[in-house]
Parts: sequence; structure tokens; C-alpha cells
Amino acid sequence: MKKFTALFFVLALAVMAVLPMSVAAQELKGTVKIDGSSTVYPITQAMAEEFSYEYPRVRVTVGVSGTGGGFEKFTVGETAINDASRPIKESEAAKAKANGIEYTKFVVGSDGITVVVNPENDWVNNITVEELHQIWKPDSSVQMWSDVRSEWPDEEIDLYGPGADSGTFDYFTEAIVGEEGASRSDYTASEDDNVLVRGVAGNKYAMGYFGYAYYEENQEKLKALAVNGVEPSVKTISNGNYTPLARPLFIYVNNEAAKREEVEAFLKFYFNNAQEIVPQTGYVPLESYEKALNKLAEITN
Amino acid sequence: MSDLHKRRKRTDKIFKVVFLIFIGLALVVLAALIFDIFSKGFIMMDWGFFTNFDSRFPEKAGIKAGLFGTLYVIGLMIPITFITGTATAIYLEEYAPKNKLTDLIKLNIANLAGIPSIIYGMLGLAVFVRTLGLGRSVLAGSLTLSLLVLPVVIVSAQEALRSVPKSLRNASYGLGANHWQTVYKVVLPSALPSIMTGFILAISRAIGETAPLIMMGALTFVMFTPQGIMDSFTVMPIQIFNWTSLPKTEYELVAASGSVVLLLILFALNGLATFIRYKFSRD
Repeated sequence: MKKFTALFFVLALAVMAVLPMSVAAQELKGTVKIDGSSTVYPITQAMAEEFSYEYPRVRVTVGVSGTGGGFEKFTVGETAINDASRPIKESEAAKAKANGIEYTKFVVGSDGITVVVNPENDWVNNITVEELHQIWKPDSSVQMWSDVRSEWPDEEIDLYGPGADSGTFDYFTEAIVGEEGASRSDYTASEDDNVLVRGVAGNKYAMGYFGYAYYEENQEKLKALAVNGVEPSVKTISNGNYTPLARPLFIYVNNEAAKREEVEAFLKFYFNNAQEIVPQTGYVPLESYEKALNKLAEITN
Repeated sequence: MSDLHKRRKRTDKIFKVVFLIFIGLALVVLAALIFDIFSKGFIMMDWGFFTNFDSRFPEKAGIKAGLFGTLYVIGLMIPITFITGTATAIYLEEYAPKNKLTDLIKLNIANLAGIPSIIYGMLGLAVFVRTLGLGRSVLAGSLTLSLLVLPVVIVSAQEALRSVPKSLRNASYGLGANHWQTVYKVVLPSALPSIMTGFILAISRAIGETAPLIMMGALTFVMFTPQGIMDSFTVMPIQIFNWTSLPKTEYELVAASGSVVLLLILFALNGLATFIRYKFSRD
């Protein structure tokens, strides 16, 4: 009997400890407005979904108008959080300042831009940054595979890549060509990465590049190339060995908005669960989100 | 004589075949599209697809937010467009003085019908969302879509009014009816079936629009349905568009399910409008 009483008390205590928390979660109201990059969208969407189960009365809305389109709204204070696949530009930062918007940048994970070829391609497993530069630079003279390395087949190289509005394009051109936005233009460009996947999967002599998540989902249809001898993988992307094509993904947070209870709760939820949720979206999490949580505590105080 | 006759018959036959080929082509493309969507559309479709919000797991992803968003936006857009469009057409055809200014206005309305839809999205963002301060609401979305389809509605309503026989009007005047009575009791009822046809086509276009709503700031991911016309929202085409661009290949099937639902709603709306038209043209 005593045992039961003891058990009862322990349980009651546990319930009492948990109850206020979940009640608070049930009660918390408000809106968290998010917009921005389509690359970061899967992570933020997953967070918004899970968060909504726990805080059913907080409305989290996520738009996808691209990193730049998102900053346009963020810098006038229309959104609380902006998903970004590149750091904020000077012009955007100036606009935020003019509107009195203070913000904080958080790294939420990383992506490795993956260079892919058709699985039937048996002549290349590894490519150097130099060779990529030669292929993708503006007005490149490379038309045939053999133009890159003479032992490669004398067949036309069919190129696929994201269009100029994409953060992936900005990062790739910066890392490979050396200047943001500088690229040859005679390739098949699409903002829809699935179009690129299908293109490369359908042509033996194709080559393309896009985010790691799209490669991971379509591994049986594609072959990823090692860049400078390093293959893209969760490990090489997170430990920084996959250079120069591993890139950080950000969210920008409006400091004023972060002081609101529901926004703070969402961000805490984000960083506390990133370790588990980010890999499920095809991206690579940070080793620890301790720093992010500390930074958040600083701005909300 | 018989030679000429034969030649005329032959030309007639050739053109008949040419036209058959063209309609055949159009139907084949349509059939292929519908077959593709329907063959994939039911694999992932279950009851949960209608009652769930979007999810990062394809099997849990549902269209509820988009479905309600679309119904709200289109439901609000229909009266706004119908009233504004028909009223404008009546004024331009029946009341406006016949001068250069009226001609210029008519010409411009016809030109507006050809403007890319994304421009209307920018206009909606600048005027409704920001200047009028409506925010990214259902109301702002409805108004943006109204603007987008109004030129088509106005032009087709004008055509319909113009095609009402003059004898009908004269008969009405002859009985002593004034201008407004003639328009309201004689011209409008007889033009209504044709006005409805133009209107149906316009609504069908509005339901499928994605770009202007994204531009104007409709959301991609929401886990609630609109509670009023000032609430934020998403619509079905945006959800479908988003699903097709996600890395997980199962989302292609989810997108197909979404397309099926969108198509069925379109069929239902068109059916309803055809029914209304049929009823009016019999009376």
C-alpha cells in the first residue's frame, strides 16, 4: 500500500511539473511570420509543423519568395524571420538600418552543393575546382567532355544548373568561378531542382549541380562527383572537408520580434530540435546549437 | 459546271479534315494530361489528404489549407468581379457617350487582358497589401485576382450586350419603358447567358493562378484555415507548385492528388455555371 502511495505522489509530482508547461504551450497565442529562401524552406517548414503540434494556438506562416524577396519584406519589418541561403547583402542591410530594424544572424545547418553526372558515366569520379571553373566560367570554350580532359569521350557535354534567382547559383559561381553571378549562360537553367535531376538522369553525357538534398533523394538516378578528391556526404559537409562547395544556411531574426513570447518560443524550439530534424530534411545540422541558444537569450533579454 | 462543283466539294472536305486534325490534337493533349494526373492522383489520396495540413512527410501532407484558402479567395472574388465587370460593361455599352475617350478606355481594357499575370501580383502588393494596408489577406488576394480577370470579364460582357438584337430594345422603348428599364428587364436577361460564359472562363483562370498570389504575398505553409477575410492564406496551386519542387519524389504523387482536387473543383464550378446559363436561356 505504501508503495502505491509513494508511486502516486511521484506521479502526481511529475504531472504537476509537466502540466504548467504544456498548459502554457496550449495557451500561448500569436503569429510568427517567416519568408525567404526555398533552400532553407524544408527545414523551417518542418520546424513550423512540429511546433504547431505543440503550440496549436500560435500561427506560424512560411512563405517562399526567395532569399532576396524575403529580405525585401524582412527589412521593412513585415516578417519576424527570414530564411536565407546567403548572408544579407550590404544594400539590404542598409535598408534594414534605415527602417530601424535590428537583426541577428543564426546558422541553422549546412548544405553541400553537389556536382552530379549520369550513373552510366564511367569516365569521371572526381573533378577538380579548376576543371569546374573551366567548364562553368562565362564564355567557356568547353563544348565536349574531351575539352576538359583529353582522355574523356569526344561527346558534347550537356549542362544543367539553377537559374540566376537562386542562392545556389550565387554560391556556386562565387566558389567556382570566383565572382558571384558569373557563369556561362548556354546551359539548361531551372529554378526547379527536380527538372535538373530529370535532365541529368536522362542523358549519359550530362552534368549538373544542385543542393545535396536533391542528390540524396535521387541517388539511384544520379552519380555524385568528388570535388578535389572529397565526396559530398553528411560527414564531409559538416566537418568542413567538402570545400569549397559546402555552404551554411541561415535564418535572420528581427530582434524586436524575437522579444515576443511566441517568436522566442518558436526559435527555442527550432534550435532545440535542429539536431534531430535538420537531417530529416536532407541537410546537415551543426554539431551543437548551444551558441545559437545563448545568442537568442542575449537578444531576448 | 460539274468540274467546279467537284473542286468545291474537295476543298470543303480538305478543310473538314484539317479542322478535325486540330481538334484531335487539342483533345489528345488534354486526354494525356488528364490521364497522367489521374493515374498518379489517387495513389496518395485518402481522407487524410483533405483533413490534414501540409507536412514534411509526403504521406501526411494534405491540402486542407489550400482548399479552404482557394474557396475563400474565389468565393469572395466571384461577387466582386461579377458586379464590377458587368456594371462596367453596361456603362460602356449603354450609357457612355460615344466619343474618343470612351474608345480609348475600351481599347485599354482590351489591352489589359494581355498583361502577364505577375504584373497584377506586383500591383496587388503595392496597392492592396501596402497602400490600402489590407496586408497579405484573403481580401487582398481576391481583389488582386479580380483585377487580373476583370478585363476578360468586361470585354466578354460588352460583346454579349452588343449582340442583343436592336429590335428587342426598340420593342421595349415602344412599350414606354425608359433606358434603365430596358437595360435591366430586356437587354441584361437576354445577354446573361453569354456574360456567364465569359465569366466562367475567367473564374477557371483565376483558380489556377499561382504567380500573382505568390508575388502579392500569399503564403506557402500555413497550418490554419482562414477565419475571416483579413486572415492570411495559401491556395491550392501554390501548394501543388511547392510539392513539385520538393526533393522527396513521393511529393510528385501528392502534387498529382492536389491537381485532381483542383480539376474536380473546376469541373464543379463550370458545371454550376453552365446550369445557371441553361436555366436563364430557357426562361
